[in-house]
Amino acid sequence: MASDQRILDDLTSKEYEHGWSVDIASESAPKGLSEDIVKFISARKGEPDWLLEWRLKSYRKWLEMTPPEWANIHYPAIDYQSIIYYSAPRQKASPKSLEEVDPELLKTFERLGISLTEQKRLSGIAVDAVFDSVSVATTFRETLAELGIIFCSFSEAVREHPELVRKYLGSVVPPHDNYFAALNSAVFSDGSFCYIPHGVRCPMELSTYFRINAANTGQFERTLIIADEGSYVSYLEGCTAPMRDENQLHAAVVEIIALKNAEVKYSTVQNWYPGDKDGKGGIYNFVTKRGLCAGDHSKISWTQVETGSAITWKYPSCVLKGDYSVGEFYSVAVTNHHQQADTGTKMVHIGKHTRSRIVSKGISAGKSQNSYRGQVHVMKRAVNARNHSQCDSLLMGDRCGAHTFPYIDVENSSARVEHEATTSKIGEDQIFYCQQRGMDEESAVALIVNGYAKEVLNQLPMEFAVEAQKLLALTLEGSVG
Amino acid sequence: MMLTINNLQARVGDKAILRGINLSVKAGEVHAIMGPNGSGKSTLASVLTGREDYEVTGGDVTFNGKDLLSLSAEDRAREGIFLAFQYPVEIPGVSTVNFMKTALNQIREYRGEQALDAVAFLARMKEKMKLVEIDQSLLSRSLNEGFSGGEKKRNEIFQMAMLEPKLAILDETDSGLDIDALRIVATGVNKLRTPQNATIVVTHYQRLLDYIVPDFVHVLYQGRIVKSGGRDLALQLEEKGYDWIKAEAAAV
Repeated sequence: MASDQRILDDLTSKEYEHGWSVDIASESAPKGLSEDIVKFISARKGEPDWLLEWRLKSYRKWLEMTPPEWANIHYPAIDYQSIIYYSAPRQKASPKSLEEVDPELLKTFERLGISLTEQKRLSGIAVDAVFDSVSVATTFRETLAELGIIFCSFSEAVREHPELVRKYLGSVVPPHDNYFAALNSAVFSDGSFCYIPHGVRCPMELSTYFRINAANTGQFERTLIIADEGSYVSYLEGCTAPMRDENQLHAAVVEIIALKNAEVKYSTVQNWYPGDKDGKGGIYNFVTKRGLCAGDHSKISWTQVETGSAITWKYPSCVLKGDYSVGEFYSVAVTNHHQQADTGTKMVHIGKHTRSRIVSKGISAGKSQNSYRGQVHVMKRAVNARNHSQCDSLLMGDRCGAHTFPYIDVENSSARVEHEATTSKIGEDQIFYCQQRGMDEESAVALIVNGYAKEVLNQLPMEFAVEAQKLLALTLEGSVG
Repeated sequence: MMLTINNLQARVGDKAILRGINLSVKAGEVHAIMGPNGSGKSTLASVLTGREDYEVTGGDVTFNGKDLLSLSAEDRAREGIFLAFQYPVEIPGVSTVNFMKTALNQIREYRGEQALDAVAFLARMKEKMKLVEIDQSLLSRSLNEGFSGGEKKRNEIFQMAMLEPKLAILDETDSGLDIDALRIVATGVNKLRTPQNATIVVTHYQRLLDYIVPDFVHVLYQGRIVKSGGRDLALQLEEKGYDWIKAEAAAV
């Protein structure tokens, strides 16, 4: 096994690909959190009074709350007074066009493979690029506007479409929902807003790319997606951050509302900086994502590929309120080195004939801990509810851990709930078989892992499936042995 | 000489399994390695292909002028050694098509050749499918998952056809096959024979050798080749079993 160790040493020293940062003049709020900071953020964004009030109420609520301790993750207490809650690149208040955007910012996104300039845009994908606390640019807006689709930064939505924001903000994830949701509601900076009108099928993928750049800064984005009756949208979120020695906090909230016959597909490729191989640095990722299938026959589907962050605490969930509504959760969570992930979903069946499907694939390597935590709750009214959960864990090496915490609450006897779980190891005989056909060990592992995660990767839009495959391989490099 | 094995010794844990193997294989030849269970046949196949469970304790192996034992398992494959496994491994979610494409292109890269594009790959696949009489639907399924014994072995021969090895080692390819499957597999192997490549057939029973006719037959017993001969030797073994070999070996 000496050769394994060599490969391991070689590859674990490989750096996180997106670990660089750029030097961009920014203006930040002073460190720490107080009502004044909340007011500062709100004022900086020129928000109406009702929103400031909402933030302040959330802040006061947060003060009364305590961080959740039930998750299978361990980290030193976060000092909320040492975090900077607002950081924005210094630029014109709201650039009217890309010419007004700082070229350095555009270059930053170019380097990440996200082109915001007209000639090089990814065809068929509209992008909202968020840098630290603000949205830098949103592409394809005019094309989308012709169909009545609103796709813009959250701040802009507050200005241009206050009635929609006011109606739906906090309607799926109320500020007091949990500690991190309350924090986000108080200090959220920017994020994406999306509204698909009645009967419209969004012709392109909508995507938001989040980049943390500034040091000591938290990112608290807020995304709100509303799919009106009979509409469809596929949405993708990607994220990276520079390598820094300290831990950075990311506490986002995503709310989705699907009205009657609407369908929303939300895909995430999470690649925040995971910390180095000794567990130093990395993003603390505490995220609340929830979708409400408000109307009959609506559908919300979450797909996530989680490869980054030092700590992941995340449970994209579906509240199936409409009759015949459908919720889906497809997840691949990979942890290596000292990463910790506690992730899964919650499917709440309220309406009749509601259906949900959970496919979770955990991959643990190094000294990491990977937990699936999922709840299926069938309420009294939910006649004929159906759930199928499949939870697989793959272990690499003998120093990591895989854990499964399924919770099932059924209050209606007509429900049918199925749970399957497997745990396996990548076998040396599988790797040897690949090597005997001419593949090196790294390619063999990549192939085996991608095969294992295929059912989930297949749910991603094509372009991102390829990216996600590469990312999986990259995250696991050097983890055999 | 394509392959020269000189006094090869190997063990697993404390147990010596190969205790001085000598064997030479030229291009165009078919060698059969026979022997009772536990004689070291599969170990020899594993050691030649670089499986890590075995520790080589002595001897050397030259393959086309290269020191084979110093190469990694994947480099041995890239140099042209192919093992048809006795128990092919399942890889869920990976189709044979995808598996072969990854393998073939890594081999080509090692040899300084361009990767095959999708069209060229498909053409090659179609040609080889026909050669070994394998159905395309099998190749789109997860590799070996839920395959019957016959399907697994046929898939091995298909992979062999795709990779066009210089030296193919068939490890107990006949085990678990009924007579029809055996015939199809053997026909595939025979079609792949050329004056430039060689085959080592590892088998317990002689029946496979009715279909894949060897030029040389070697009997392995207690980690050594104790008898070599022509095709007749296999027939003798069929008739008389292995006991007389054991007795002869004990007398030496």
